Amino acid sequence: MTQNNEEKVEIQEEDTQKGRYLTFKLGEEVFGLEIKYVTEIVGIQPITNIPEVPDYVKGIINLRGKIIPVVDVRVKFKKEPIEYNERTCIIVIDIDDMSIGLIVDEVSEVVTIKEDDVVPPPSYKTGFQNRYIKGVGKSKDGVKLLLDCNKLLTNEEKQNISDIEL
Amino acid sequence: MSDDFNTYSEPMLEMFMFETNQSMEQLEEILLNIEGNSTITDDDINEVFRIMHTIKGSSSMMMFNNISKITHSLEDLFYFIRENKIYDLDLTRLSDLVFSTIDFISFEISKIEKGKDPDGDESQLTSDIKDYLNSIKNDHPDQEIILSEDEEDHENFISKENLSQDSNEFIAKIFFEDDCKMENMRAFTLLRDLEEIISEVTHTPKDLFDDEEAADKIIEDGFNMLFRSQEDYDKILDLLEDGMFVESVDLEEVENEEEKSEEIKKTQVDLEEQKKKTLNETLKNPFSLNKNKNIISVNVEKMDMLMDLVGEIVITESMVTKNPEIQNLELENFDKAARQLRKLNNELQDIVMSIRMIQIGPTFHKMHRIVRDMNKQLDKNTRLEISGEETEVDKNIIDTLGEPLMHLIRNSLDHGIESTEDRIAKGKDEKGLVSLDAVNTGGDVIITIKDDGKGLNRDKLLEKATKNNLLTKSPEDMSDKEVFSLILLPGFSTKDDVTEYSGRGVGMDVVKKSIEKVGGNIQIESEKDVGTTINIKIPLTLAIIDGMKISVGDSIFTVPTNTIKESFKAKKEDLIKDTSGKEMILIREDVYPVVRLHEIFGLKSKKTSLLEGILVMVETEESNYCLFADEILGEQQVVVKPIPAYLMQYTVKDSGVAGCAILGNADISLILDISGIANKYI
Repeated sequence: MTQNNEEKVEIQEEDTQKGRYLTFKLGEEVFGLEIKYVTEIVGIQPITNIPEVPDYVKGIINLRGKIIPVVDVRVKFKKEPIEYNERTCIIVIDIDDMSIGLIVDEVSEVVTIKEDDVVPPPSYKTGFQNRYIKGVGKSKDGVKLLLDCNKLLTNEEKQNISDIEL
Repeated sequence: MSDDFNTYSEPMLEMFMFETNQSMEQLEEILLNIEGNSTITDDDINEVFRIMHTIKGSSSMMMFNNISKITHSLEDLFYFIRENKIYDLDLTRLSDLVFSTIDFISFEISKIEKGKDPDGDESQLTSDIKDYLNSIKNDHPDQEIILSEDEEDHENFISKENLSQDSNEFIAKIFFEDDCKMENMRAFTLLRDLEEIISEVTHTPKDLFDDEEAADKIIEDGFNMLFRSQEDYDKILDLLEDGMFVESVDLEEVENEEEKSEEIKKTQVDLEEQKKKTLNETLKNPFSLNKNKNIISVNVEKMDMLMDLVGEIVITESMVTKNPEIQNLELENFDKAARQLRKLNNELQDIVMSIRMIQIGPTFHKMHRIVRDMNKQLDKNTRLEISGEETEVDKNIIDTLGEPLMHLIRNSLDHGIESTEDRIAKGKDEKGLVSLDAVNTGGDVIITIKDDGKGLNRDKLLEKATKNNLLTKSPEDMSDKEVFSLILLPGFSTKDDVTEYSGRGVGMDVVKKSIEKVGGNIQIESEKDVGTTINIKIPLTLAIIDGMKISVGDSIFTVPTNTIKESFKAKKEDLIKDTSGKEMILIREDVYPVVRLHEIFGLKSKKTSLLEGILVMVETEESNYCLFADEILGEQQVVVKPIPAYLMQYTVKDSGVAGCAILGNADISLILDISGIANKYI
């Protein structure tokens, strides 16, 4: 019985989150992240460097005693890095019980995009972006590139991690 | 029904599993002893009998019928052996039977642990045991009769002991609440609760467990008991009414009717019931044992929580006492109080740590069984030698160690130790030797698994690695150590034919990963025809270490204090470079390599001349070397936090970082892996 109730609550929660995206900017482009992955947004803070990681992994931050790795989305998408300023934000997302911080230029808003307004990314487009974008969302103030959170840690990367966790 | 059962009996179930697992370990040890000495002593027989009896009782109470049946048959067997004092036994067959039983029970317990029903079929094993019992009986025909007589004596023994002259007889009729379910179980619980004060119990329905209609009968006619007790009427009535789910009690005192009671006793003495009573006595045993030792068992999760909490306290303490806001103030009393706090925190930590530390012995001893089974299977003759079993390691680490050790031992026997003929041909002792050792070296524990087998074959390893595309540099450039490390790579296996035990190619990399997961590392040494030695280095504890903070540019690193020998400023005349340009320093006529932290971690630092910064000499098992940093900031206890899982996909683990720590000002400091740096850069 209780389990059923819990399931119901979960479904409800998913329903309210469905179609809702947190949007952020990288330069002129606007990206959207499914809100269910986002746990919190914090300002930029001191980052401790870690040796022997790709350039887009900036290091680790201390979020109230929890150590979280941070990834510069700009660098990950092979854009020119810019200097962090007071608008720079870290979006903390939770994927499969693993927290990662995404460094973005600035966070804009939370929007609802109906499923009908999401079109698949143009297939002729090749290169880096295609890999992480699962759709293009249309809303009244322009198009948003919707990110696939699971792919942000690309398949191959996730594979590696599950190996480690045994 | 089983759902209902589980919710009511969680703690009982936990206790049952805990005790049974312990008994299994004990039993295994006894068996291995018997095999090792090739004799069986009275103590052994009694002990096996006692264990079987206990498990039989507790498992039938928990209604795990297959377990109780198999233990019952083994109990019968050992009972016969004990009563008839038979020593000329076929020990191999006997121990095989007991080992199979252990395996069966352990497997069933693991099913229960996973929340499944223990549904294994015991009939084959039970009939094997019976066959064996019959064969012994046939060998000793004249003694057979003793069995039945003795059994009765033995079963009646306890009730007679409890018999007392001035006790009164009672008749009770008990009804349980509607819908309480499992009335037979409730009745049994009631009997158990009362067993201290009542004796000579008979009851209907007679058989609470094997009789499937028992529950229905109790619902209809109530649970009827006839018993003796020294307590008075009111007390017994109270006790009965307080029983779980008891709806109504109808208690009657039978006064001065010696004859009648005698009669009833004669007609109703029920062997089954007496058995149950003995069972209850034995059930109590584990508890009383624990009481004697003054030991309690605590849930590991609670320990983990306590540990985390202590970790947080340690961090918070330095947040308070090293707070920048009070850094330049003269606060005599505050400092005094802070020192006191520090001292108490240290003690708290030590105690929490010591609670978590358990001896590695039992983990080692489990390997005896592996060696025994493998010897049989592979027809090899190997003995296992264990030392350093009193070495203590954190509970969490011990738990992770079992599997890797098992795998390494299997590997040694399967791939390392040669067959007896080969060994004789090579002029070796025909008995192979695998030794397990644990040593505490201060901050770490080193576990050594050593065999005197054929050793690793460098050429074969290289050939295999080339075939599987695992080589990163040319074979000629690789040291033996590097070549041996190849077997730790995923997808590497040298044995051509896969055996049941090892050689599926998924072994060693998993071993390596589990060891790394607890912050350890693994090293392999080998010499042809002399043997292979595998050293596993694991930290004593995962949680809190004493660290020295050193700064390099903007970064702060933590060096485990126990690795630091000394620190000093370099003098120009002591600095030397070898032919390849590697920097060295001469100290008291010894030369030590210098590792520049800003270089290996690619950091910007203003102090790039060795004369400006500071040198910290650190030691590893193999050698000492000097780390070059900007300056030393001071000592601090830090809580070790693992590197986040996301980063483990990169080579962070091999880069010289052992973990992270949060400092008093909430900055993160990386904890240096002193031997990791040595392996990589020297």
